[in-house]
Amino acid sequence: MLLAKIVGTVVATRKDPRLVSNKLMVARSVDPRGKPEGNYVVAIDTVDAGVGETVLIVSGSSARMASGLKDCPVDAAIVGIVDTVEVGDS
Amino acid sequence: MQLAKVIGDVVSTRKDGNLVGIKLLIVQPMTPDRKDAGRPFVAVDAVGAGVGEDVFFVRGKEASFPFYPVEPPVDAAIVGIVDYWDTE
Repeated sequence: MLLAKIVGTVVATRKDPRLVSNKLMVARSVDPRGKPEGNYVVAIDTVDAGVGETVLIVSGSSARMASGLKDCPVDAAIVGIVDTVEVGDS
Repeated sequence: MQLAKVIGDVVSTRKDGNLVGIKLLIVQPMTPDRKDAGRPFVAVDAVGAGVGEDVFFVRGKEASFPFYPVEPPVDAAIVGIVDYWDTE
């Protein structure tokens, strides 16, 4: 799973019917120390996350196992809001 | 599956119901000569691993299999703690 920071929201009126009423967010992956790096991703939010929060994103077919996303055409889902990250010095 | 070192942990209170009780760890994938192989990421723990240990992990939907019949939304799981390895 990825650590990512939510940087915005996405609004789409015309979309796959199975995506209706799901919240779409734009997130950018961060390293374990919180520094933004790498790509932006559009992810479905299943935990009521908000802009500025650090979250846990699950990718690939596993995203469909998130709550409420069974059989949805998604490959990235926000499944947790991160409280703290602790990294050893090694 | 790939070798990795556990370098940290993640705490999350608000999360998917099927993730409750599952430990979240940060792993750094590595080569057999202990060089970093790509970026660190978050994996769930299925074997009781901890920070500082060498492990191997599985990616993809198979990462949820250790928790069967529950299907937590995870795409990487630590499925073994490595005692040692030999390479020529």
